[in-house]
Amino acid sequence: MFKLVPRKEPNRAMLYATPFLAVALTILAGFVLFTLLGKAPLHAMYLIFLKPLTDFNSLAEMLVKATPLILIAVGLSIGFRAGVWNIGAEGQFTIGAITGGSVALAAYPDGGPLLLPMMAIAGALGGMAWAAIPAFLRTKFNASEILVSLMLVYVATLLLSLLVHGPLRDPEGFNFPESRLFQEDAHVPNLITDTRAHIGFLVALAAAAAAYVYLERMILGFQVKVLGQAPRAARFAGYSEKTIVWTCFMISGALAGVAGLFEAAGPVGQLVPSLPVGYGFTAIIVAFLGRLHPVGIVFAGLLMALTYIGGETAQIEMSLPSATTSVFQGLLLFFLLATDVLVNFRVVRAGERLAAPAKPAPAPLTPKPAE
Amino acid sequence: MSESPILKLENVTKTFPGVIANENVSFTVGRGEIHALLGENGAGKSTLVKMIYGIQKPDSGEMTLMGEPFSPSKPSEARAKGVGMVFQHFCLFEALTVYENISLGLSAAEAKNGDLRKRIVEVSTAYGLKVAPSQLVGTLSVGERQRIEIVRCLLSEPKLLIMDEPTSVLTPQEVSVLFQTLRRLAAEGCSILYISHKLDEIRALCSKATVLRGGKLVGSCDPRQETAKSLAEMMIGATLNKPVRELPEPGEIRLKVQDLSLDSEEQFGVDLENVSMVVRAGEILGVAGVAGNGQTELMEALIGERPCRFARQIQLDGADIGLAGPRERRAAGMCFAPEERLGHAAVPGMALWENTLLSAGKTNDLARGGLISPGNANRFASQVVADLKVKTASVKSAARSLSGGNLQKFIMGREIMQAPKVLVASQPTWGVDAGAAAAIHKILLDLAGAGAAVVIISQDLDELFTISTRISVIAGGYLFPSQPTEELTVEKLGVAMGGRAKEVEATRAADAAAAEPAHV
Repeated sequence: MFKLVPRKEPNRAMLYATPFLAVALTILAGFVLFTLLGKAPLHAMYLIFLKPLTDFNSLAEMLVKATPLILIAVGLSIGFRAGVWNIGAEGQFTIGAITGGSVALAAYPDGGPLLLPMMAIAGALGGMAWAAIPAFLRTKFNASEILVSLMLVYVATLLLSLLVHGPLRDPEGFNFPESRLFQEDAHVPNLITDTRAHIGFLVALAAAAAAYVYLERMILGFQVKVLGQAPRAARFAGYSEKTIVWTCFMISGALAGVAGLFEAAGPVGQLVPSLPVGYGFTAIIVAFLGRLHPVGIVFAGLLMALTYIGGETAQIEMSLPSATTSVFQGLLLFFLLATDVLVNFRVVRAGERLAAPAKPAPAPLTPKPAE
Repeated sequence: MSESPILKLENVTKTFPGVIANENVSFTVGRGEIHALLGENGAGKSTLVKMIYGIQKPDSGEMTLMGEPFSPSKPSEARAKGVGMVFQHFCLFEALTVYENISLGLSAAEAKNGDLRKRIVEVSTAYGLKVAPSQLVGTLSVGERQRIEIVRCLLSEPKLLIMDEPTSVLTPQEVSVLFQTLRRLAAEGCSILYISHKLDEIRALCSKATVLRGGKLVGSCDPRQETAKSLAEMMIGATLNKPVRELPEPGEIRLKVQDLSLDSEEQFGVDLENVSMVVRAGEILGVAGVAGNGQTELMEALIGERPCRFARQIQLDGADIGLAGPRERRAAGMCFAPEERLGHAAVPGMALWENTLLSAGKTNDLARGGLISPGNANRFASQVVADLKVKTASVKSAARSLSGGNLQKFIMGREIMQAPKVLVASQPTWGVDAGAAAAIHKILLDLAGAGAAVVIISQDLDELFTISTRISVIAGGYLFPSQPTEELTVEKLGVAMGGRAKEVEATRAADAAAAEPAHV
């Protein structure tokens, strides 16, 4: 009935419209879903998408959740632009929390103004170290970084569990598998008093700004884009694929590690086995929803945080299943990828035949008619 | 000869967004006629034959095949009615055998008709197109691959055979064998629609020619009665001034390559074997050869995408640079224009100004201290566009939005305007219209005149004879010693171009038990 015809140039309007289109389709699908569940769809939508915006505390919570999402997604987006698929930010997040948190625990009960910066650096280094494993295996043995980084997530989660059951366990904690509560100086300062929103959000915004400069103004960022779009052109220009892969992993690892540390030293305040709650995976959606562009990612991170908060509200008020939030996030990514096709293709009625050779080949036939 | 025409086109028009590919084109092809379709790149030849072969549909106008209305909606329909086509770029699977490739290209009904293996051998011996059904296509030369395509067409006994630039990949000797086959087919009543812009070939082969320019029919003639010059002027609609080669005495050695061997990374690629060359200041060395004989690998080695084993294998002005990467070589004064424009010489999705950063970043101060200078890059790109008369909306247009010829001009300009000491260009004018090709040739000559050493890797012998001071031939990864252009003829080059291939072929024939002993 309909078919897709490649566009000559990507449609810029579509490029910006598809995230909105995807959100609209997600809401539509949500309507159908809630109707089928026998819940009032309009009310559910109100609770998920609007209610949190009317409440000061919820707004602050949005910033809490958006902080790790933006931090991680900004790092991932740089790699994704280069065709470096770091799927294991969740693991780097966890290791960052461990290494950064360990600094606080080692210094306990001492503090001082340098403690938090030291923790942040340790968190970044931890994330980088964890990211170095897939980077090394890819550059040395051409191992798929997708699988390696993903599998390391589970290793990191188990490592955290092991540590809080053993060496890092709170000696006065009645054998609960969690670390001490961090000392006062190890807490990330609040951004807004009486809320959990912390200055990590400012760091996230700064990271987005830095990523913008990196991608748009720096030769290194340019190299990332060339490698992602045309690997042979990168070779022609003499860019080293190895260096670019390493850089991408180090940037995304460091940001994920810092995000993990902020989570541990911010809203949580200690190391617990349940620290990794999936920010590292959700950030992949955020990165794509934000079009792999730093500014887009800030907004996408806030939107995704909104679905977390709104989803929780809806769960409580309408006794919706706890999977609601995940379903919404999944739908959003699904529709985003689906509508993405429209950027490079356009839909025509099957009747109009337009330069679509059925046979004999997908190979280029002859020079283009246009000259 | 043409009592009732096989094919008749009346007022055929086809437009693409923004371009009229064909406008009111009418002509007829008689029975047993070898009919040339002439025109520059972009004149609309390919679109026209794609409509005849059912790949595209005309917007308006009528086509008649053997007196009946003809409007194929897909190639299999056209084949069923007796139209066969051999494409310029072959559609073959390298990892499959000749037999498998042929049977894949036929419809189920065609393939089942009798013992296909036997028919392949029959047809190929009848027309002197030697192919061995059980050979892997990946091991065959380009000429042999073309034979497979022709045999595939002949199996369905076409009334009309379309050939799109069939000789662009052949050696002169292979061309004459192809011509014998085509004449024989024509004598048996099969009409041939022959697309080319090589005028001497058309004068030798065709009895009628239809000339297209800018999508419109500009005339038809008997090419045997015309001169190459008159045909060319019909094609471009203007008088043609070819650049004249007046170069100073060669100076110092600028580029020296010694005993360079390099294994190809591709499964069916060509390994370079002890390639040596010397290019002096003021010289243009032409590297002739049939596609797929190591040109890609040679280019990669010269660019430095793959380092040599020893530093002394490539020397620039006496300095060893064999181990240097592309950026170091550029910094030392080399520039490169590889054959593949989109994806190799340019990033398709990036703007022209961004594409200048790929190779001209250092030389033109487009980036300093790791920071891009969009102002300088824009200025440089605009200058390239202006000097080379590149047709583009602006330097902010994506590289892929430019037509092949225009992008080629941009890339050549980007490299040439860095005033290199050594320039290596592969197929510098492929797909570029005659006027622009002359302009590019002039720039290359000027560059050499100013003391640069230039290496041109090209399949276009006319081009090499026009601008090269010396020519050498690459065949099977081996580079023959160069000779001054004045001492060479097309025939001599052709022997070298095919010679190596024949040698390889001979060993292969000995290996392949199934190979047919019959030789053309």
